[in-house]
Amino acid sequence: ADFLIIRRDQMLQEFWECPTNGEKEYVGFATLPNQVHRKSVKKGFDFTLMVAGESGLGKSTLVNSLFLTDLHKDRKLLNAEERISQTVEITKHTVDIEEKGVKLKLTIVDTPGFGDAINNTECWKTITDYIEHQFEQYFRDESGLNRKNIQDNRVHCCLYFISPFGHGLRPVDVEFMKALQDKVNVVPLISKADCLVPAEMRKMKDRIREEIDKFGIKVYQFPDCDSDEDEEFKQQDQELKDSTPFAVIGSNTVVEAKGQRVRGRLYPWGVVEVENQSHSDFVKLRNMLICTHMHDLKDITCDVHYENYRAQCIQQMTSKLTQDNRVESPIPILQLPTPDVETEKLIKKKDEELRRMQEMLQKMQQQMHDHDV
Amino acid sequence: MIVTLCLDTAVSLECLCKQKSMVGLVSPFSLLSCFAELTLIGLPRNARPLSLSGHVGFDSLPDQLVNKSTSQGFCFNILCIGETGIGKSTLMDTLFNTNFENFESSHFEPRVKLRAQTYDLQESNVRLKLTIVNTVGFGDQMNKQESYQHVVDYIDTQFESYLQEELKIKRSLHNYHDSRIHACLYFIAPSGHSLKSLDLVTMKKLDSKVNIIPVIAKADTISKSELHKFKIKIMSELVSNGVQIYQFPTDDETVSKINTAMNGHLPFAVVGSTEEVKIGNKMVKARQYPWGVVQVENENHCDFVKLREMLICVNMEDLREQTHTRHYELYRRCKLEEMGFRDTDPESKPVSLQETYEAKRQEFLQELQRREEEMRQTFVQRVKEKEAELKEAERELQGKFEQLKRLHMEEKSKLDEKRKSLEDEMSSFSKKKAAAELLQGQAFTANSNLKKDKDRKK
Repeated sequence: ADFLIIRRDQMLQEFWECPTNGEKEYVGFATLPNQVHRKSVKKGFDFTLMVAGESGLGKSTLVNSLFLTDLHKDRKLLNAEERISQTVEITKHTVDIEEKGVKLKLTIVDTPGFGDAINNTECWKTITDYIEHQFEQYFRDESGLNRKNIQDNRVHCCLYFISPFGHGLRPVDVEFMKALQDKVNVVPLISKADCLVPAEMRKMKDRIREEIDKFGIKVYQFPDCDSDEDEEFKQQDQELKDSTPFAVIGSNTVVEAKGQRVRGRLYPWGVVEVENQSHSDFVKLRNMLICTHMHDLKDITCDVHYENYRAQCIQQMTSKLTQDNRVESPIPILQLPTPDVETEKLIKKKDEELRRMQEMLQKMQQQMHDHDV
Repeated sequence: MIVTLCLDTAVSLECLCKQKSMVGLVSPFSLLSCFAELTLIGLPRNARPLSLSGHVGFDSLPDQLVNKSTSQGFCFNILCIGETGIGKSTLMDTLFNTNFENFESSHFEPRVKLRAQTYDLQESNVRLKLTIVNTVGFGDQMNKQESYQHVVDYIDTQFESYLQEELKIKRSLHNYHDSRIHACLYFIAPSGHSLKSLDLVTMKKLDSKVNIIPVIAKADTISKSELHKFKIKIMSELVSNGVQIYQFPTDDETVSKINTAMNGHLPFAVVGSTEEVKIGNKMVKARQYPWGVVQVENENHCDFVKLREMLICVNMEDLREQTHTRHYELYRRCKLEEMGFRDTDPESKPVSLQETYEAKRQEFLQELQRREEEMRQTFVQRVKEKEAELKEAERELQGKFEQLKRLHMEEKSKLDEKRKSLEDEMSSFSKKKAAAELLQGQAFTANSNLKKDKDRKK
């Protein structure tokens, strides 16, 4: 948010310093960003974040660390026995948080049970069904008559936690990300990053990036920054892109390190600081997710994933309608003009004529060619 | 000599001892087998303890045994079960202080496989034939319902080959390379919450077949307080699900104290590393992080030293013994019972293996004969049926043929008639034609005669 304000001020500054060569007169629309800012603060923002991954990878701790709250106070963890044939559930927590006057309604969608059962075939079905359900809900609301209070429950971003104990992606990771890549922005993370030394971490990241390319998984891509940005910004942006997937550590306990009190994990051999950039990419993730790219995530969800869903939905519905005239369309859609029988016959006849003429032409050409030879 | 001693215990034992004391040196194996024979015959009373009036010298028996085993060499087989990448190979390298040349497995194996590698190690004058079996692809598949089965099958196969060797007529057990698994290290992922469902199911299937020693892998990712809670949770889950893990033996006073203490530290939280880092002025095995250095052999950092103590230094021989006397015997009993062998027949009289075997063989042969008879009968039956069918077909064909022939004859006769009538017509026609021609000829000559007359008259 601070970042936006800085940009706005910069633009105003530039305007005022522009040399008035007499012809330019003050109009006043340079204050538009200001107005947008004011209105958006008044309206408030909302964001839905989904977290997915096996149990025990630190999802809840990370979410708590990101938003500095305790969302999972009374959760019950299941025993191994109970998890043998566990099904995936979807749980939602909604909190209202505020910072410097900006209100954010944050919804965290958790997926307990994912990847925990012995047989995990199609364990993502519940999750994709949930996401599509939200799309469907929004679609109906958007197409309704009264559109004043539409609740946007669409999932804007899905943080997928990859286990750091293996050599890279596992089959369940690949299948999950491929199932969700066209429905939501998938951001893969390496969880519990304090289990890999720097060399191992680099190897793991390279491995995962390779495998994502190999399997053709479409993860969330950071948008390229504008060409007129300054070098420092471009460099930071490039660094950000190079350090994906982010390796994160979460903690909400405060420990003593080098005389300071920081959030971290205390080990007999040292203290891992959550916000230390050389210990983990937690700060990068937080900046990306909250400070700089939150809106972009929302935009992509609305413009790409949702639109794809909508187009698909409408296509399915129209094809069903042309087959069965009795089905009422649940939403108002324009019927595409279907050609009637007469016109179709005409078209067919014309097609035939054309074809015949083409054949004759070919024959004549052939004859001429033969004659010449 | 041994057979005649079976009647009166006290006398025989005294006799034996006196004789042996006169000789001075006893051969350990014959004495041991002596005792074995005596117990087998089933002496009703316990042997009477006797005090010696001087030093005999059979206190050197253990040493002799040790010398013999050392010269033979020891054999130990470890099975490591755990997810891909959890650190099985690294831990083995660290435990045995060598590089076993393992390569990384892929996560995309379609099913669980087991890879066994045998190495010859030597420390001072003790030779160890170490076999390390690793699971490949464990925990990677989407559907893990069959995962434990592959491991169980492997363990059973090793038991089976030992059993086969034992049952051979000409066997060489002292030369036999024992491939039975003596210890199973089960690597638990450090999630901090509890066991995974796959862990529980697998350990439950394995606890009656092998000595399971659970370890928490990559323990440098769990802080001390979390570790304590995690260990308690794991042990309580194992207990509540009735999983019998290997308990270090506490019956021997020399090691019972340390073993009991160690039993309380299970499962061991281990960290493996083959890389060395300079700490102070020594190179130690460690992992260097930006925030500190985890020393593998520092007991404050992890339980690696405890594991090495327990697994290798103190209890290796006990693990082998347990495998042979408990797990293998259980397997053998189940297998033989399956085949129909019993120790006592329905009248509670002891049945020897040979008798049962003979009986089984007879049964089998009879069954075979019966089946053969049956098959022969069915064959004969089938042949008869087929014959009848063919005959029927033949008859039908014959009938058809006759019918066709008849039709043919009829047609032929009809045609003949027609032809006859046609010929008749033809002949009558030709007669008429001839008659007509004659008439015409006569008319013509009459005409020409007339003409001639006319001409002459002119």
